Amino acid sequence: MRSAPPIGTTDYATPDDLSIVITRTFAAPRDLVFAAWTDPRHVPRWMLGPPGWSMPVCRIDLRKGGAWRFVWRKDGEGEMAMEGVYLDVEPPRRVAWTERWGPEWPETRNELVLEERGGRTTSVLTVTYPTKAARDAALGTGMKDGLDTSYARLDALVGGLA
Amino acid sequence: MVRARPGRPEIDPLSATFFALADPTRRALLARLARGPASVRDLAAPFDMSGPAISKHLAVLERAGLVRQARDAQRRPRALDPRPLADAARWASGLKATWDARFSRLDDVLAAMKKERTTR
Repeated sequence: MRSAPPIGTTDYATPDDLSIVITRTFAAPRDLVFAAWTDPRHVPRWMLGPPGWSMPVCRIDLRKGGAWRFVWRKDGEGEMAMEGVYLDVEPPRRVAWTERWGPEWPETRNELVLEERGGRTTSVLTVTYPTKAARDAALGTGMKDGLDTSYARLDALVGGLA
Repeated sequence: MVRARPGRPEIDPLSATFFALADPTRRALLARLARGPASVRDLAAPFDMSGPAISKHLAVLERAGLVRQARDAQRRPRALDPRPLADAARWASGLKATWDARFSRLDDVLAAMKKERTTR
């Protein structure tokens, strides 16, 4: 386990082929951080979508097997929904859930673990993807290889049109 | 993410967008269309290229959803549809930018929650 980053900075790590681990320390006690993540009164205040989008819908059924759904909206642009199911709920230390944008996107399993020390809380969010390709696409690191493959397929497609 | 089309190789929308953008002629066509719809003849004018060559580039842009044909039977002008560009920008800015922004906001929200607690 790496040491926690200082307040105000976020640490990103890829300890294996499928996951991304995002670590951040907050100047707040653990129960407040847990509430910020799991209470629909607080989530829309910080769980940002793309710039300029708001979250008018935030439904959270915070229990094992309970469903959640967030909807971001921007006038004239449309809306994007993300949803899933809570796998484990252990306030105020841990919560785990599934998450997906829609049927075309890979479903991830997410786990949030909160540890408090001296009034500060370190949060460790682990996002686990179904495949390495999906994980790398999310990070953007798979971009070059993915594009080369896509170009080869598109060359075939464009060639077929000539 | 991959949409199958009968009789064609499977291309996901983001790959089609990035492929369409990976050519200077097609980017120039998009830049021209960003100023308003134009006919194929108008689009071809600044280029040292045949009409069919320009049409082939436009076909790639149309397949990516970046260009549409407006309903004008006479001129058949082409128009820009910027939505795939927004999707591509969102993808490229990626996970790190998203969480950096969210956590920065969460710092502020937690400070407000602490204040609400002490004044309650």
